[in-house]
Amino acid sequence: MGKTLSEKVWDAHVVRQAEREPDLLYIDLHLVHEVTSPQAFEGLRMAGRSVRRPDLTLATEDHNTPTLNIDRPIADPVSRTQVDTLRKNAADFGVRIHSLGDKDQGVVHIIGPQLGITQPGMTIVCGDSHTSTHGAFGAIAFGIGTSEVEHVLATQTLPQSRPRTMAVNIEGDLPDGVTAKDLVLALISKVGTGGGQGYIVEYRGSTVESLSMEGRMTICNMSIEWGAKAGLMAPDETTFNYIMGRPHAPEGKQWDAAVEYWRTLRSDDDVTFDREVDIDASALTPFVTWGTNPGQGVPLGADVPSPSDFTDPGDIAAAERALEYMALTAGTPMREITVDTVFLGSCTNGRIEDLRLAASVLRGERIAEAVRMLVVPGSARVRLQAESEGLDQVFLDAGAEWRAAGCSMCLGMNPDQLAPGERAASTSNRNFEGRQGKGGRTHLVSPAVAAATAITGRLSSPADLALAR
Amino acid sequence: MDKFTSHTGIPVPLRRSNVDTDQIIPAVYLKRITRTGFEDGLFAAWRNDPDFVLNTEPYDVGTVLIAGPDFGTGSSREHAVWALQNYGFRVVIGARFGDIFRSNSGKAGLLVAQVTPEVVESLWGFAEQNPGTVITIDLEERSITVGEQSFDFEIDDYTRHRLLEGLDDISSTLRHAGEIDQYESTRPDFKPAALPIRTAG
Ligand code: SF4
Repeated sequence: MGKTLSEKVWDAHVVRQAEREPDLLYIDLHLVHEVTSPQAFEGLRMAGRSVRRPDLTLATEDHNTPTLNIDRPIADPVSRTQVDTLRKNAADFGVRIHSLGDKDQGVVHIIGPQLGITQPGMTIVCGDSHTSTHGAFGAIAFGIGTSEVEHVLATQTLPQSRPRTMAVNIEGDLPDGVTAKDLVLALISKVGTGGGQGYIVEYRGSTVESLSMEGRMTICNMSIEWGAKAGLMAPDETTFNYIMGRPHAPEGKQWDAAVEYWRTLRSDDDVTFDREVDIDASALTPFVTWGTNPGQGVPLGADVPSPSDFTDPGDIAAAERALEYMALTAGTPMREITVDTVFLGSCTNGRIEDLRLAASVLRGERIAEAVRMLVVPGSARVRLQAESEGLDQVFLDAGAEWRAAGCSMCLGMNPDQLAPGERAASTSNRNFEGRQGKGGRTHLVSPAVAAATAITGRLSSPADLALAR
Repeated sequence: MDKFTSHTGIPVPLRRSNVDTDQIIPAVYLKRITRTGFEDGLFAAWRNDPDFVLNTEPYDVGTVLIAGPDFGTGSSREHAVWALQNYGFRVVIGARFGDIFRSNSGKAGLLVAQVTPEVVESLWGFAEQNPGTVITIDLEERSITVGEQSFDFEIDDYTRHRLLEGLDDISSTLRHAGEIDQYESTRPDFKPAALPIRTAG
């Protein structure tokens, strides 16, 4: 019997296999940021250990950095200490770092692909659950905790039990106005937030093949939101074209050798997955969340559901709690929900394609009086690229704020937060209670819906704007 | 890491599902660079509510958390485990856990004991009806004892072994350094490296 894509990549990284032990996996790239690494470096120091492969380690500052006045010292002394600690650790242990103000700084999952250092067939880890983003290139990429960060720094390996395999088969053309974000939100509402637990998921099918790398990354990014260990996609010409010419892309003969290998990275025809899920992309419409986990979503054209729409007692209780936290009444059309904040950014939707899409909706428009809109590019280079295309001016002319790169309001660690009771349409990936600020309420949306919502002040799609005229 | 064989303490019933790591400890509390001092951030959004279980005696000194399904999903922050430990928890019992939380717990020495949803219900009922009565978790036996009753729990062999022996993962792996060297010598040259630095200028 053949092998699945994930089995091929996994097997190529097994350093050691022993009975009743997890496999010891080699890690090709370890991404590091300021929040989940200080205790790991400290652990190395205390044990007198070094970083085994500084050349396979890459650090940046993103989670706890400001998006305003980045040329000045960070105002919050505790945040400043955390960022300074990463800088010192990088210097002490010889690790490459892209600090605030550097052109290659940005959200860790945006800069890997952008530098071309995320490539097919790799194993990639980071102390961040959205490491699954890199799976879009045909890599096994997953988030780890700080003890594991220390383990990878010290050994460049990780003991890991082999996950089960799942295929998500996505067929059909996405209708106009429907994006990868809508697709993945619809998928999660179908399978539930725990649906992927214990699996590495391969997204495949004609829809996936026709998506850009940006769209593919958006889908893989949210694998963790339905509990999957990792999500990945077979590399193809789109992947190779994206990588070619980037700073860390192989060159000359090495490029040829790499591509030859990359072409083998697809599930064999005769494989069986432990589980399969089918999605018809052609039937999708813009999708948004109403509740407090990414599985609590409905089409934008639907109403806020009622707890009685669910059968599982746990789902009923969760829906009741979510409606209360979100201050929503069952039966209210989603399109009547008003927001005060729109956040465009994050490693889910903070890439240049996302900014272009939102700008195309906002061009020549004004955002609603009562709405503040934060546009936070995923990386410094995305910001520069957007500025070279004049997108910053489109956002500013519309009344939005144009910020420096970082995680920002995606997790509300820096000053970019929702106030208690504030409601946001957000292109990020988590609508958990308090995720974007204590007491804040989050609706997850696509960049197109975010932009249209900013204009009307109510959850809307670009098609709604056209109808209103 | 300290060895973990068994633990006896007061159970705390947390009747909520989908308690993700953002709820266990919100991001604003993640700024410390130590492994200690995170207890203040534990369940921060709920700690002001006088009716929240950790604000009521005797649960405030509990050491065994009885959690709802899908506890510890979401963010990979190990701070969630440290916050529970810093507060005093030694064991979390539940029916379903986020993968990364479970693995972080194993590494940091917090026992995650998996049981069926029915056992969780029984334990919730016990903890609520007999406040302050202790519960014993025996890792050797993989058992939970409450009053006259006893339940089995699941934990993978590898994590159990490491907790029982108090093993440090890194030292264990470094015993296989020769195999890592060997593997490295076979990596293809086209694999990328972060050094020397290359950038688009
Ligand atoms: S943008 Fe959000 S999800 Fe992505 S790494 Fe930053 S905090 Fe995590």
